[in-house]
Amino acid sequence: MSLSVALVAILLIAVAAGLFARNRANGLRSGGARLNSLPNYHASFVGLWALLPALLFLAIWTPIQGRLVEGAVLASPAAQSLPDFAMTRDTILAEARDIASGAIESGFNPESTALAPAFADASARYAAIGGGIAILLVLTGGFFALRKVGTDFRARSGVERVVLSLLLIASLIAVLTTLGIVLSLLFESLRFFRLVSPTEFLFGTTWSPQTALRDDQAGSSGSFGSIPLFWGTAFIGAIIAMIVAIPLGLMSAIFLTQYAPHGLRAWLKPILEILAGVPTVVYGYFAALTVAPLVREFGISIGVSSASSESALAAGLVMGIMIIPFVSSMADDSIAAVPQAMRDGSLALGATKSETIKKVLLPAALPGVVGGVLLAVSRAIGETMIVVMAAGLAANMTANPFESVTTVTTQIVQLLTGDQEFESAKTLAAFALGLALFIITLFLNLIALRFVRKYREAYE
Amino acid sequence: MKQTTPVTPNPSPSAATAAEAKAKGPSTTDPTVAPEPERNRAEVIAPQGQTHAPTPVASGEHEGASHHAPKMRARDISVFYGEKQALKDVSIEIHDDRVTAFIGPSGCGKSTFLRCLNRMNDTIPSARVTGDIEIDGENINSSKMDVVQLRARVGMVFQKPNPFPKSIYENVAYGPRIHGLAQGKAELDQIVEKSLRRAGLWEEAKDRLQESGTALSGGQQQRLCIARAIAVDPEVILMDEPCSALDPIATAKIEELIHELRGRYAIAIVTHNMQQAARVSQRTAFFHLGEMVEYGKTSTIFTNPVEQRTQDYITGRYG
Amino acid sequence: MNSRAPTRWTDGSMERLVAKRYAAERRFKFFGLAAVTLSVAFLAFLLITMGWSGVGGFTRTEIKLDIDFPRSDLMLDPAALKGPESAEAIGAAGLDTMLEQAAVAQFGEGAGDLFGGASMRMLGERLIEDPELLTRRVALWLPASSKADVAAKGDGDAAIEEMLARTDHRRRLNPTFLNSSDATDSSVVGIWGALKGTFLTILVTMALAFPIGVLSAVYLEEFAPRNRWTDLIEVSINNLAAVPSIIFGLLGLAVFLNIMDLPRSAPLVGGLTLALMTMPVIVIAGRNAIKSVPPSIRDAALGVGASKMQVVFHHVLPLALPGILTGTIIGMARALGETAPLLMIGMRAFIAAPPGSITEPATVLPVQIFLWSDEVDRGFVEKTSAAIIVLLIFMLLMNGLAIYLRNRFEQRW
Repeated sequence: MSLSVALVAILLIAVAAGLFARNRANGLRSGGARLNSLPNYHASFVGLWALLPALLFLAIWTPIQGRLVEGAVLASPAAQSLPDFAMTRDTILAEARDIASGAIESGFNPESTALAPAFADASARYAAIGGGIAILLVLTGGFFALRKVGTDFRARSGVERVVLSLLLIASLIAVLTTLGIVLSLLFESLRFFRLVSPTEFLFGTTWSPQTALRDDQAGSSGSFGSIPLFWGTAFIGAIIAMIVAIPLGLMSAIFLTQYAPHGLRAWLKPILEILAGVPTVVYGYFAALTVAPLVREFGISIGVSSASSESALAAGLVMGIMIIPFVSSMADDSIAAVPQAMRDGSLALGATKSETIKKVLLPAALPGVVGGVLLAVSRAIGETMIVVMAAGLAANMTANPFESVTTVTTQIVQLLTGDQEFESAKTLAAFALGLALFIITLFLNLIALRFVRKYREAYE
Repeated sequence: MKQTTPVTPNPSPSAATAAEAKAKGPSTTDPTVAPEPERNRAEVIAPQGQTHAPTPVASGEHEGASHHAPKMRARDISVFYGEKQALKDVSIEIHDDRVTAFIGPSGCGKSTFLRCLNRMNDTIPSARVTGDIEIDGENINSSKMDVVQLRARVGMVFQKPNPFPKSIYENVAYGPRIHGLAQGKAELDQIVEKSLRRAGLWEEAKDRLQESGTALSGGQQQRLCIARAIAVDPEVILMDEPCSALDPIATAKIEELIHELRGRYAIAIVTHNMQQAARVSQRTAFFHLGEMVEYGKTSTIFTNPVEQRTQDYITGRYG
Repeated sequence: MNSRAPTRWTDGSMERLVAKRYAAERRFKFFGLAAVTLSVAFLAFLLITMGWSGVGGFTRTEIKLDIDFPRSDLMLDPAALKGPESAEAIGAAGLDTMLEQAAVAQFGEGAGDLFGGASMRMLGERLIEDPELLTRRVALWLPASSKADVAAKGDGDAAIEEMLARTDHRRRLNPTFLNSSDATDSSVVGIWGALKGTFLTILVTMALAFPIGVLSAVYLEEFAPRNRWTDLIEVSINNLAAVPSIIFGLLGLAVFLNIMDLPRSAPLVGGLTLALMTMPVIVIAGRNAIKSVPPSIRDAALGVGASKMQVVFHHVLPLALPGILTGTIIGMARALGETAPLLMIGMRAFIAAPPGSITEPATVLPVQIFLWSDEVDRGFVEKTSAAIIVLLIFMLLMNGLAIYLRNRFEQRW
């Protein structure tokens, strides 16, 4: 019996128990008694108490079962002749598993065919044990719950308590995820920092990630100085993209809120939102296919001979375009939040609209606008596809926008896609970069939110 | 066309032209007086401390100065918000040296009319204004009238004090700066000090000029707004229920201020507080449901109004 | 009396200043308009460029080729084509050499370049359909090779173009684009595999993110006490919504692939990763929707004796549903277009067949686009752009649906 069979079995039993409970409750009712809770609640109560413990057990058992099976197979006589080298052994085990489950006919290694029966045996055995325990749980749960069905039984409260805990668990998933992110990044980064010193990583200016080719080679021969990466990220995302996005976004917001007639605004605002909805891979492709050659030609025509076809300018330009709706919508909200009385006061003094905007509205809305810009920078820094497709791979600390630079996100992708041994410094470096990126964007987001919150307080 | 209310005949140096008199008493023309030729506004050297008066008005009030032309004159003003008509054929005059109060129950169009006087209704897209409004004889809605300058000449103080989130100094200096009224910092400082003095805020604010305007108390903020309006050297000051958000002490201070300012500026004040209108104004207009029902001397309106509706309102039948 | 003469406004210097101010006003308004126009123009430029270069991907060139089957070297037994071994038989028959010979015979030296993988595949299908052909000499319309196709669309090199001119060729709709999967030959690539992968992945994402997101929103808005733990949950959710998507990919790699040992590049893992990313969006949208249901409705339900949970599930949630759905669709649209996290969990591999289940290796449309963009073969350019057109259409539909829902069901209390 496999675990999926067990799953179906416990579901059926739980449903049956629930129906049984409902019958009993209905019986009580027609017998003249007045129930505290509706029969359906009794049914749900019994069903839940039968099902949930068994489900929980199965959820925990499934990963454990894998290890138990593997352990049993390794202990079997057929496995004694396996080579010691971890990678080969794992491959053989994997093949044996696949053969046993019927996914493949035979593997590359002859040993796997020999191991397959042991696998099948152990899997069947442990599945039977697990399934058996699950069914036992569902029956016990159902039995004890059924005993509670009665006229005074507060089935509804019981059910609601279960639902409440489900709600709580759902909310905790967010915390778990954050924890998971922090822990996994931290863990892998710590492993990285055992191979490469943090000072080299944080302050080094050469990025040329090489890794030891064999286990016994002492240390890695590459350099992992991340400063060029952060420079590239800042150059493209915080400088060039912002030079495009801030004026265009801010002025668009001003025009749409202060000058555009209502009908026009109703059209233009969604169109600007579309800019935010285009997938970043499309932007990246557009940048690489169309914008980068144009930028290169332009660069050459104005005499920059080192103009590359993977220029920072091309990537930054397209990224700026993508960011426009972020800046525009935050600016829009902030300007609209300035009380009308302020605008009226300025106009009543004889100021023109532009003077009112420049000297009264914008200064008043500034915290909100700055918060929006910070959020936009955070978004630009974390952006991956545009830079992977349009920016380069060479770590370069240049201020020339026509040359190619690389970014943190590009390198993360570069380091992790490809056949890398997971333990090497190269792949672990990606996690260290990820940790740095996470911290920086978190920081920016917190500051931005603080700004916006402070500003909102001023007007409420 | 002039609108007059009858009172004791005054020695009038100017002849009256044909007037549309809403009169109960003697006609406004005083045949004993020789007609005065029309003069250029700028050349008027009027006897009896008269202000400029290109077209003589025999309105016959005797508080303060003698006859002079109204500073602003509104004729048949109607205001539509989309389909809805908020004001119907309102005609009023605002005079120098005089406080004119607009009273009436809420929602009857007083503030709407006030906003016509400095074309603030232009900022509302759905609003449409018909009729004539003149300041010193010039039509304010004509294309030759610069709305930006108009609003400097006709200042406004709002119901809820709305100082800018800037320093006290900057609040007052904002207007003169954008209109280029000061050459250099020294002159700007002078203007700021003068405005704050006139608004009665100088003593309290002179050591705190760099502090934020929003840190002041309600009454102080309103005086700051008045100072701000004064700083651009207006000729008329419009006040839209300036005290309704203030406590009684602050209100009293503002009313005192209005008395002082009356000498310099023509003031029009909207108020829902009848006692306040009686205290500060010399002329009162009673609005009801978008129409101006009655306009006359304050004392008359409150003691002996012509219209029944006015009588009802004053005695508290409604509103 | 005013302290200044009232005529100062008509002073020469005053007039000049006012004129300058109005000029500045006009300029400012113009800048605003220019900014909006420029942004819209960028969008238009992008869409038009993609559309222009991608439209060709939906069509293919077909060339009429004379094949004399009996006289050819083809070693194919018509009987073998009828059974279940037909595919094998075709594969072993040497169609490519035969095609080349026929082409050279008809069009001259080097004409073998005119035909490629697509031609072979079509020929094989025709033969299985009608084995009778093997006894005759026929003229067949066969899809051209990617080189020839590129040349027909105006971008090829001179030699091929010249050869093409000698043939009888036509342009037809390309069905393989929509019903086949990734391949190395750009004339036979299709997006079906990627579409199926996207569908399965989004299914997993929805199945996980929607219930968790909605239930979390309900808990946080209706039941959670105001204490430090709830604050922690709220802060976590708000932060997660702003974390770069690649970090989720790293999480997926570290946890789902390495610790939990789930199959690499499977829609299950992709869906799990994207679900974690989309869930905060749904929570935030859900909270706003629930918040906007007025307290009077809750009070009314409580007043007839409903329990808190019944109030929420029977009254509040149904009313908040349109808002929740709108937020969900927008979140899904975002997940649909994500590439980076899926690259991290291994979807960078070359997958030549559509996935059969959520645990088989798959790819999604954005990743497919990314992989094709790297290809050197010129034929891939239009295929990539065509795939982009399909992706953009999906995005447009989803966002349009969200906007429609919002406008139709939005209630103003």
